[in-house]
Amino acid sequence: MTTRGCAYAGSKGVVWGPIKDMIHISHGPVGCGYYSWSGRRNYYIGTTGIDSFGTMQFTSDFQERDIVFGGDKKLAKLITELEELFPLNNGVSIQSECPIGLIGDDIEAVAKKATKEIGKTVVPVRCEGFRGVSQSLGHHIANDAVRDWVFPQYDKEKKAGNIPDGTPYDVAIIGDYNIGGDAWSSRILLEEIGLRVVAQWSGDGTLHEMVNTPSVKLNLVHCYRSMNYISRHMEETYGIPWLEYNFFGPTQIAESLREIASKFDETIQAKAEEVIVKYQKQTEEVIAKYRPRLEGKTVALMVGGLRPRHVVPAFYDLGMRLIGTGYEFGHNDDYKRTTHYIEDGTLIYDDVSAYEFEEFIKEMKPDLVASGIKEKYVFQKMALPFRQMHSWDYSGPYHGYDGFAIFARDMDLALNSPTWSLIGAPWKKAEVETA
Amino acid sequence: MAQNNIDNIKDHAELFHQDEYQELFENKKQFEGGHSPEEVARIAEWTKTWEYREKNFARESLTVNPAKACQPLGAILAAVGFEGTLPFVHGSQGCVAYFRSHFTRHFKEPFSAVSSSMTEDAAVFGGQNNLIDGLANSYNLYKPKMIAICTTCMAEVIGDDLQAFITNAKNAGSVPQEFPVPYAHTPSFVGSHILGYDNMMKGILSNLTKHKKAETTNGKINFIPGFETYIGNLREVKRIAGLLGANYTLLADNSDYLDSPNDGEYRMYQGGTTLEDAADSINAETTIALQAYSTVKTREYIEKEWKQSTTVLRPVGIRGTDEFLIKLSALTGQPIPKELEEERGRAVDALTDSQAWLHGKRIALYGDPDLVIGLVQFLLEVGAEPVHIVVSNSNDVFETELHALLDTSPFGAGATIWGGKDLWHLRSLLFTEPVDLLIGNSYGKYLWRDTHTPLVRIGYPIFDRHHLHRYTTYGYQGTINLLNWIVNTLLDELDRNTIIPSKTDISYDLIR
Repeated sequence: MTTRGCAYAGSKGVVWGPIKDMIHISHGPVGCGYYSWSGRRNYYIGTTGIDSFGTMQFTSDFQERDIVFGGDKKLAKLITELEELFPLNNGVSIQSECPIGLIGDDIEAVAKKATKEIGKTVVPVRCEGFRGVSQSLGHHIANDAVRDWVFPQYDKEKKAGNIPDGTPYDVAIIGDYNIGGDAWSSRILLEEIGLRVVAQWSGDGTLHEMVNTPSVKLNLVHCYRSMNYISRHMEETYGIPWLEYNFFGPTQIAESLREIASKFDETIQAKAEEVIVKYQKQTEEVIAKYRPRLEGKTVALMVGGLRPRHVVPAFYDLGMRLIGTGYEFGHNDDYKRTTHYIEDGTLIYDDVSAYEFEEFIKEMKPDLVASGIKEKYVFQKMALPFRQMHSWDYSGPYHGYDGFAIFARDMDLALNSPTWSLIGAPWKKAEVETA
Repeated sequence: MAQNNIDNIKDHAELFHQDEYQELFENKKQFEGGHSPEEVARIAEWTKTWEYREKNFARESLTVNPAKACQPLGAILAAVGFEGTLPFVHGSQGCVAYFRSHFTRHFKEPFSAVSSSMTEDAAVFGGQNNLIDGLANSYNLYKPKMIAICTTCMAEVIGDDLQAFITNAKNAGSVPQEFPVPYAHTPSFVGSHILGYDNMMKGILSNLTKHKKAETTNGKINFIPGFETYIGNLREVKRIAGLLGANYTLLADNSDYLDSPNDGEYRMYQGGTTLEDAADSINAETTIALQAYSTVKTREYIEKEWKQSTTVLRPVGIRGTDEFLIKLSALTGQPIPKELEEERGRAVDALTDSQAWLHGKRIALYGDPDLVIGLVQFLLEVGAEPVHIVVSNSNDVFETELHALLDTSPFGAGATIWGGKDLWHLRSLLFTEPVDLLIGNSYGKYLWRDTHTPLVRIGYPIFDRHHLHRYTTYGYQGTINLLNWIVNTLLDELDRNTIIPSKTDISYDLIR
């Protein structure tokens, strides 16, 4: 029993879905779009249904006849209907579900024709769920679709002289999906150190921001797993360097701010120091309040993307100990990036099945399990405090200094809830003790 | 600094209201390439008009915010009602991750299901090897008593033959020959989750009851709940059946699975209808389905193959419950106990106490066909007026039944059934022909936000309110629950609308 998802989840659910001013069509049967509808809390500012579409479900709702006769005509008509009913959309993406690739539809041709007809960007994405072994290939396919269908617009505009030069401080946030507002509590720090954040990929992002990204001076990559491809492409094609950063926990935030600032001039470097000092009191108060309540508590993680390593320093800042961590869909390069985050002797697991994870937890006996929604109630039934580390358990943001305070509060409320002590009837406990 | 009080740490609900973040949002706009606030406001207003409504209803290809899911979701809900049963979804693996997440978010319980994880090579060569290996792994690791297989649209498009694959898997030794592996083809491009439930239930029953037909009946009544997401309903049916001394089999009982006690130990399989009882259901006196449209094929199968009578009874509202009790009483030969009669009296008393607040209230509702019929039964009984009825997974038989129900009451005269429509259609309806109350699942909150129609959450999924699924909507107790949710939402709304001091609070009454 795997926790893994599919390429569609990686593309529509992760990379494309949060681009707020585009309409993302779940192309195929009704289910995929239904199950991923509003599931990830990619926060955005906008009037939903008018100029923003993040928490909506658009689908071609395939019926048997569409499978038999193909769905291209339906798709073309659907896009004209979208344009009429949602005139302020700034573009459309076609997120392929399994049947599309199997029945031989030509969504690229439909997209090209529709682009001309509505005069807006229409991006076909071949993220059928059967491609690859997890959501990870979907990230890659989605990245490639940006390269092939969005960046040509930058090239065209650049050639026409329509892209302003910008400032020496222009950066883009890459791979922050703004879950619970994470990208905002990160962006605020980047702006405070004097950088100009031109684009957010893709939480609270727009197509316009995406198109303009090749004009930035530095790409700041938070989720390497899902967006390293496009970062490398921009490096190779546009000469834009990229830097991985980590805004979980004050130690790493300071380190990352200094590293980011080191790519710029002394004014930025000085401001980075100022910002670190500015938040020092807030951070000290958080640690003073929560560290004594969490000191020495052990954690086992199993999540996706960057989190199996990136969140570790935030636990350390609170005096907690990581005893196990694992990736849902990690690659070799993720593991290479993991060892310096963790202590020797930490158990690392890859793509654990439900069975394996349960057995590991029974052996490790952590004080807190941090994983996903499918795992949550399994471990809570085992009387183990649990936090969802994909959705922040509906809390957040956890990024940045402001987010760290919430993270600390939430770990405390999970571990120190009096409800855990109610588990097990006293007469049963008495029986065990006498036996 | 935004986090300016250690004793009151602000999360997203407050943090972003702080000045720092408001400035950040304002500043970000210069990079967004968005539309002017005037233009956004103009279009927003336009979407509220009759003109927009007509365009909206003219669409043929586009579905926006549908109130339906796909077949395998229903199939695996049916499967987990049987003892020790592991749902196995043959096809792409992402589907299973979605189903498990969906149910877990609603029930706040673990939900186990496995996948044959088909990828590109299976798309070319078929998924037989995945199924053979998958069955062996599932059997060995998770030690189920039964594995119930359904399909994703991938397996259906490439035409995988489950019956042949299962036979071959057994011959290959994946599971013992006698191990039950019922199956159902559940293409997501046909019907919806309620059809998937039906197909899987039929698949499981036909597998388990094979060669079990006896000479005489076992005297039992079978109950089929259908795509039921109120655990309280299963428990209420069992309680009522117990009070009437009925000997019964629930096909199937997923109440322990989806609402298990926390005693410090996780058990993957919880409760459920035993396979023996399920096998013996073929010998029951009769079968009562509590939903019609999620049990069409199953009932047809039972009547034709088992030669057993079937009835659909929805114990919703007073009269729906009355009918249910009368039928049970006739079947068991037991009089309806005083306890239930008193419950009826209390429920009716509650309805008469609140009727003034419900009479003539205009209601919009959406959901699965059977849920909608139950709710309409209730609304008509209390003098509320259904106005817009949206059912994404509608069909002709259902619409005929609902029309007939609406025709029984003058309070049904103003209703329109919008079959096959979605929640973006409903948005237009609510703007152009406003109502007092909306009944639907959690996705209704977007309509509440846009149209300010107060929302009562009844249906599936309910993600944003806790524990409603533990209650019953069935029986006289369920009638009181429905009444409680509906009337108190209306009263909450009345308070919200009369809360401004010296302006509207003249009607901010203490006694209502």
